[in-house]
Amino acid sequence: MARYVANRLAQAMMLLVIVSAIGFAILHLAPGGPLSQFAVSGQMTQEDLDRVTRQLGLDRPLPIQYLDWFGRMLKGDWGKSYRDGETVLTVISSHLGATLELMATATIIAVLLGCWIGIIGALRRYSLFDTLATVGAMIALSIPTFWFGLVTIYVFSVKLGWLPAGNRETVGDGSFLDLMHHLIAPALVLALVETAMWGRFMRSSMLEVINQDYIRTARAKGMPEWRILTVHALRNALLPMITVAGLQFPTLLGGALVAETVFTWPGMGRLFLDSIGYRDYPVVMGILMFSAMMVLIGSLLADIFYAVVDPRIRVG
Amino acid sequence: MTSAALSTVHLTPGQAAWRRFRRHRLALAGAVIILVLVLGSALGPYLLPFDDTYIDIMKRFAPPFSGAHILGTDELGRDVLARLMMGGRVSLSVGIVAMVMAMAVGIVVGAFAGFYGGVVGAVLMRLVDAVLCFPTIFLLLALAALTEPGPVTTTVLIAATAWMSVARIVEAQVRSLREREFAVAALAFGSSNLRIMFRELVPNAIAPIVVAATLNVAQAILLESYVSYLGYGIQPPAASWGNMLNNAQIYLTSAPWLAIAPGLAITLAVTSFNFLGDGLRDALDPRMNIP
Repeated sequence: MARYVANRLAQAMMLLVIVSAIGFAILHLAPGGPLSQFAVSGQMTQEDLDRVTRQLGLDRPLPIQYLDWFGRMLKGDWGKSYRDGETVLTVISSHLGATLELMATATIIAVLLGCWIGIIGALRRYSLFDTLATVGAMIALSIPTFWFGLVTIYVFSVKLGWLPAGNRETVGDGSFLDLMHHLIAPALVLALVETAMWGRFMRSSMLEVINQDYIRTARAKGMPEWRILTVHALRNALLPMITVAGLQFPTLLGGALVAETVFTWPGMGRLFLDSIGYRDYPVVMGILMFSAMMVLIGSLLADIFYAVVDPRIRVG
Repeated sequence: MTSAALSTVHLTPGQAAWRRFRRHRLALAGAVIILVLVLGSALGPYLLPFDDTYIDIMKRFAPPFSGAHILGTDELGRDVLARLMMGGRVSLSVGIVAMVMAMAVGIVVGAFAGFYGGVVGAVLMRLVDAVLCFPTIFLLLALAALTEPGPVTTTVLIAATAWMSVARIVEAQVRSLREREFAVAALAFGSSNLRIMFRELVPNAIAPIVVAATLNVAQAILLESYVSYLGYGIQPPAASWGNMLNNAQIYLTSAPWLAIAPGLAITLAVTSFNFLGDGLRDALDPRMNIP
């Protein structure tokens, strides 16, 4: 087990190095590189620019600059926002809560609903329910999330007036009920795609398990059907869902960004778009690297957790 | 057994695939819808008396089915149907061209990684893993914001964020096909590595590649619509399904049809490509069929 974890950790570290190299390359893609902000403003002469370039060490060879940048990132020095001078990590952490709240709510809805749909679909394969669920999932995966958000706003806010059209709370209110009221629409919109994904994976995982020999053995022993399903089938069918959770993470994060932009939800996605608008490159890069790291850690945790609950993995 | 009976049993692989595909009614419907969308955007604008960029401020916000403008007009009095068709040209082309680019990169990377394995394979596949760590939409938006927007940039950037899944599929296929007799035979004939890779191995992996390509178009259309909706993709006055939704949110209360038409077009196109990909998966390789 320790060997497996160490192995997996080393892989993740290597990936982090490549991820950071990609991030560094993107940063230097910006017109004028990291100094573009000053170059665009026009308030600095070429001499000033040259001086700042030397001061910030941007005239050094790229590999040296990269090592320096990577070292500072590991130490938590991610630079400062052009907009208000706050450190990038401060800005990100002040928006992280809203995004996590949205992601967690959508995930809970999607896991419960998706697993239920998947299990029923697998048990009653090719039934009307299964067919509708399969076709519905495909359509749910095809609807652009931002447009679905717009439709939701039109129906439930503009026409029916049941739900607020955006934001996380009413100014001056902010009670628990008010927060929940604002959370419903963006969470459901984000949950739509996730539910479809979970339903599909759960269905195929369950189908695979109920055709195994040990299920037939359990039936042959005369075990009651509900006990076969809950104790034997479901427990094993849920295992691969841990991997699915890890794999789903980037999609979930991307979906949260999309939902946030439509519902003006004050999370990381909204911050990302605002920062792009202000050409606040340190924050843009910060969020890009931060989200990549979240994905890396997410898949690492999923793999380790899987190895903990399923001993077969550790040997391979 | 008569020869007629035999001939119905022995179908060529192509005929068998067509049979399986035909049974997949939703995939068939998807193919028909795609055809209609492509023909509609290609030929439709010639049949319509309105130009997609002609501004008629006196006739702004005309609702659908209320007069000469079948789908109504937008905030500048431009005909929505004309914009939908011209936007379809842009959105569908961006989707298909981005797919071709992503396929080219993915196939080359996957073929080299799968064929050579070892250090080359490990480095290439770790690169694939690393790019996959970035949520696609974040990566695409950051790149789009740093570059000059336009149809070509948008297409290239979408391809740059979509080639990894293809590389993974091709790598796995090539790695296993490499050991098969026909590949070993080609090597014994003295064929060059490049020839074996791209004339022997990749063509034998064509079934999963075609499926991935179809699903890739759907993904590319979705990505284009989102970047353009946010204003970092196709720039007005040119229309795309995404940028038509750009202003729709502001007029959601007074002119909801501006949001409905382009959104339905995107959903229809993406659903059709997804169903088509699903049907092709069943048809081309029954073993790939996920139960």
